[in-house]
Amino acid sequence: MSSFASEPALGASGLSSAPRRGRGSSMRTWRWSDRLIWLAAWTAGLLLCAVAAAIVLYMGYRGVQYLRPSLLFSHPQPSGNQAGSGGFLDPLLGTALLTFIGILLAAPLAICSALWIVEYGHGGRTRQALTRIVESSIEIVAGTPDILIAVFGVAIFQLHFLRFASEGSEGGGVTGRSFLAAGAMMSLIALPPLFVATRDGLQAVPTHMREAAFALGKTRIATIRRVLLPSVRPNIATGVTLGISRIIADTAIVLVLLGDELRLSPHPGGLPVLNVLRGAGSSLTSYVYDNSPAGEGGAPQKAYAAAVVLLLFVLLLNLAVEWIARHQARSSGSVAAGGFV
Amino acid sequence: MNELEYAPQAPTRGTTPRAHSPRAHITYVDDPLSTSPQAPAEPDPQIVPPVRTIVLDRAPEPVRPPAQREAVRRALEADGPERLRLEDVSVAYSAKTAVRSVSLSIHQGEVLALIGPSGCGKTTLLRTLNRLTELTPSATRSGRIVLDGHDIHDLEDTALRARVAMVFQQPNPFPMSIFDNVAFALREQSRRRPRRPELEPLVIDALRRAGLYDEVKDDLHRPALRLSGGQQQRLCIARAIAPRPEVLLMDEPCSALDPISTGVIEELIHELRRELAVVIVTHNLAQAQRVADKVAFMYLGDLVEYGPAQQVFEDPRAPRTRDYVRGAFG
Amino acid sequence: MQRLRKPWSDHRAELLLGAVSLSTGLVVLFMIAFVAARAWPTFAHNGLGWLGPGGSLKVQVENMLATSTKPPASAYHVRAWPIVYGTLLITALAVLLALPLAVLSAVFIVELAPTALRRTMIRVVRLLASVPSVIWGLLGILVLVPFVGNHLVTASERTSLQNTVQLTGAGLAIAVVLLTLMITPIMVALTCDALATVPPAWREGAAALGVNRVRAIRAVTLRAVRPAIVAATVLATARALGEAIMISMVSGSVFFSPRPGDGVAFLFEPVRTLASTIVDFREGLGGAPALNSTLYAFALLLLFSVFVLSLAGYLVKLPLRKYQVRG
Repeated sequence: MSSFASEPALGASGLSSAPRRGRGSSMRTWRWSDRLIWLAAWTAGLLLCAVAAAIVLYMGYRGVQYLRPSLLFSHPQPSGNQAGSGGFLDPLLGTALLTFIGILLAAPLAICSALWIVEYGHGGRTRQALTRIVESSIEIVAGTPDILIAVFGVAIFQLHFLRFASEGSEGGGVTGRSFLAAGAMMSLIALPPLFVATRDGLQAVPTHMREAAFALGKTRIATIRRVLLPSVRPNIATGVTLGISRIIADTAIVLVLLGDELRLSPHPGGLPVLNVLRGAGSSLTSYVYDNSPAGEGGAPQKAYAAAVVLLLFVLLLNLAVEWIARHQARSSGSVAAGGFV
Repeated sequence: MNELEYAPQAPTRGTTPRAHSPRAHITYVDDPLSTSPQAPAEPDPQIVPPVRTIVLDRAPEPVRPPAQREAVRRALEADGPERLRLEDVSVAYSAKTAVRSVSLSIHQGEVLALIGPSGCGKTTLLRTLNRLTELTPSATRSGRIVLDGHDIHDLEDTALRARVAMVFQQPNPFPMSIFDNVAFALREQSRRRPRRPELEPLVIDALRRAGLYDEVKDDLHRPALRLSGGQQQRLCIARAIAPRPEVLLMDEPCSALDPISTGVIEELIHELRRELAVVIVTHNLAQAQRVADKVAFMYLGDLVEYGPAQQVFEDPRAPRTRDYVRGAFG
Repeated sequence: MQRLRKPWSDHRAELLLGAVSLSTGLVVLFMIAFVAARAWPTFAHNGLGWLGPGGSLKVQVENMLATSTKPPASAYHVRAWPIVYGTLLITALAVLLALPLAVLSAVFIVELAPTALRRTMIRVVRLLASVPSVIWGLLGILVLVPFVGNHLVTASERTSLQNTVQLTGAGLAIAVVLLTLMITPIMVALTCDALATVPPAWREGAAALGVNRVRAIRAVTLRAVRPAIVAATVLATARALGEAIMISMVSGSVFFSPRPGDGVAFLFEPVRTLASTIVDFREGLGGAPALNSTLYAFALLLLFSVFVLSLAGYLVKLPLRKYQVRG
C-alpha cells in the first residue's frame, strides 16, 4: 500500500537504455486532407528552393559564359555590333552615383524622423497626431510602387523652378531627367527601410540609458548625439544596407528619370561635379533592360553579364545585413532591425 | 508538549519562516524576540550555522476535507480499476536525470497528488504520462508505463493523448469561441468530422461536468479569451474531459488562479474522480491535503514516499517527507 | 511629472527634427496633388468613363502620340478598359496562386522542416525577395518566352487567332508565374514571423488533446495568424499592382484583353497593365499634353488602388481581432 525509497544510490549514471521514442502518429490514421496538406507544404517549400537554385545556377552559368573583367572597366561603345564591343563601366558609375545621392538624401531624413518620433513623440494630443502623420506618410511611401514615385519625380522636376536640377529641352521646357532627379526619388525608395531600422534600434535602447544621461544633466539633444546615435550605429548600418540594395535593384525610376543614354553625358558647361549630376546616363538596371529584347535589344550577352554583376551585388548586400545582425547579437544583447524568424 | 529538534542534513534554502502557521505554533529559538519559556539559552556554537530548532507547542492538526467528502472518499476506497501503472520509469533531459526510477499505480476513482519542492521532477513525470516530453527533442525515457494493460510506448501518441488528457498551469484556451474550444478534441480526434447537432449535446455535457455551463450558457459563441482566469481554466478542463478520457493529468491547475476559483476547481476535481483517474501536481500542501486520496512525494527526481493521503500527511515514514510536510523546506 | 525647463538648444533641436520629419508628410501630399493635377485633363474630357471599354486603345494612343502641344479635345479621348482589365486579371491570378504557396511554405519552414533545412529555407526566401525585377524580367524574356513560344503554343492555336493577335509566347501565363514568384517571398516572410509568435501553450494544448501535427497547425496555428496572413496578402497585392518592369518585358507589347473563351490560348495571349503601359510610354511623360495627362491618369488610378487596398486590409483585420488577445 505504501512504500518509500531509501536514499538514492549516489553516482548512478544516467539511463541504462538507449533513448527511446514512442510510436508516432502513423499517417495512415490521418484524414486525407491532412496528408494532402503535409504533402503540399513539403512541395511548396521544395519548390521555392528549386526556383532559387535554378536562378542562381542559371545566372552563374551565363555569368561564366559572358562575364569578363574587362567589361567592368571599359566604357560602352555606341556601335552597331553591341554584342562585341564595349563594357558597362558607365552604367556601373551611374548606379554608384544614384546610390550615393539617394542615401545622402535619405539618411538625414530617416534618422531625424526616427529620432523625433522616438524621443519627442510623446506628449499631448497634437504631438501624437503629428507622430501618426509622419509614420503613416512613411508607410504610404513604402507602399507606393516605384513607377508611381518615378511619375511623381517627373512631375516635380519638370517644374520650372527646379530646372537647375536637369537640362532644358527644346521648346523651353525642362526635361526633368537627370541624376539629381533620379537620385532624389531614389531617396524616397531608401527612406522606409532606413527609418524602420533606426526607429526599431532606438526603441530597443533601454530607458535607463537615457535616464542616466538626463540625471547627469545632459540635454536631450546632447544625449541623442553622444549616447543614442552611437548605440544604434549597427541598426543604421543595416538600414543603409537595405536601402542600398533597394536602390541598386530599382529600374523604373531609372528608366523614367534618367533616360537610357549609354554613357554618362554631363550637362555641358557649368560646375564640374554639378554638370554630371544634371546630366544623363544609365545605370546597371537600365543597361540590362536596354540590352534585352525589351529595349533596343541586340545584346543578350551583355544583358546577362550586367545582370550577373547586379545579382552578385545584391547577394553581397544580403550577406552584409546578415553579418551586421550576427555581429551585433554577439557584441551586445540588442536586436538589429528586421524580423523573419 | 512536543518538542522536535533536528539539524538539517541538507543546507536550508533560506525559506522565510511561516510565523503564523495555523497548524502548529512554531518558535524559532534563534529569534531574540522569542517569548517561549522553553527556549534554550543560546545555540550550540559548534554546529555550523544556520541551525534552526523547531519547537512545537501543540500537535499539528491536519487539514481535513469537509465531512461529505470524507464519506465519498470512504465509499470509493474499494479501489477502482487500475488505469495507469508506472514501472521503474526514469526520464532524463540530455545528461541531466529529471526522474529516477519511479514506480506507481493510479486507479480510477482516486486523486493522486504529486507533491514536492520545485524542480524535483513532478511536472516531468506528469508529462511523461502522456508522452508530452517527446515535444522536447533532448528528452529520453526508460521504464514502462502501462495504460489499461497496453504499454504506452506502443500506442500512437495521438491515440494515447485521446485517453490521457492534460490541463496546464496557465489556462490556454484556443483563440476560438467557447463551443469550438470544447468541441475541438471531438472534432479533430475522429476520422470523419462530426456535425454540429452531434456535437452540441456532448459539448453541453462537458461544460456541465466542468461546472461552467451555467455561467456561459447564454452565449456559447463568445470568444473564449474573454472569460476570466478561473473560467478559462474550467473551460480547459471541459475541453480536456469532453472526449471522455480515462485519466486526467493536471499540472498545478490552480496556481495562477484566485482562491475562489481554486475552491471551485477543487470541488470539480472531487466530482470528476468518480469517472476518471486524476493525477494532480501541486506545490500547495494545503491543496494536496484537501484534494488528494493518494500522495506521492518526490524529491530531486526520486519517489521518496507514496501512500494514502492521510498516512503521508499525518504519519510519514521517510524523514524527508516529514520535514517537507511540516514546512521545513520547499 | 514636473516640467523641466528646457534649454534653448533642446527646443530648437526639437523643432528642427520635427520639421524634417513632417516634410515626409509634405512629400506625400505633393505626390497626390501633382499627379492629380496633371491627370485632370483626362478626367475633364472623359469623365470616369475612361476606365471603361470603347474603341481600340491602340488607336487612341497612337492618336495621342501624333498630336502636338495644343491638341484638340478629341485627342484626349481614351477608353483604358483593356489595361484596367489586364491589371485586375494579372494581379488576381498572381495573388490567388501566391497565397496558398506562401502559407504552405511558411508552415513548412516553421513547423515541418528539419532544423538544418529551415536555416537554408530562410536564406532561400531572403534571396528570392531581393532578386531585382529586371532580372526576373530578363530570365522571363530570354528563357521562358522562347520556351513557351516554341514548345507550348501549338500551331493550331496560332492560326486560330492570327487575325486578332499574334501569339509569341510573351503573355499572360509567364507574367502571372513570374509575378507569383515575386510576391511569394514577402508573404512567406510575414507569415513566418507571425507563426513564430504563436504561443507555445497553444501548440502544447493541441498536442495534449491528441491531434496530429498537421491538424493542430490547421485548426489552431493558422487561425491564430489569420490577421497576419491578411496583412501579407494586402502587401503582396500592392506589390503586384505596382510591378511595371517585369511585366513590360514579358507580357507582350500589345494592347489586348485576353479572352478566357479562347481556351488554352487564353494563357498565351499578350496583356498590358496600367504600370507596364506607363513604362512603355515613358517618353510621353512631360511631352504632348494628351498622352501626358492620360499617363498621369493611369498613375492616379494606381495610387488610388494602393490606398484602397491598405484601407481594406485594415478593415478586414478588425473583426478578426476579437478572437485574439493581440492583433
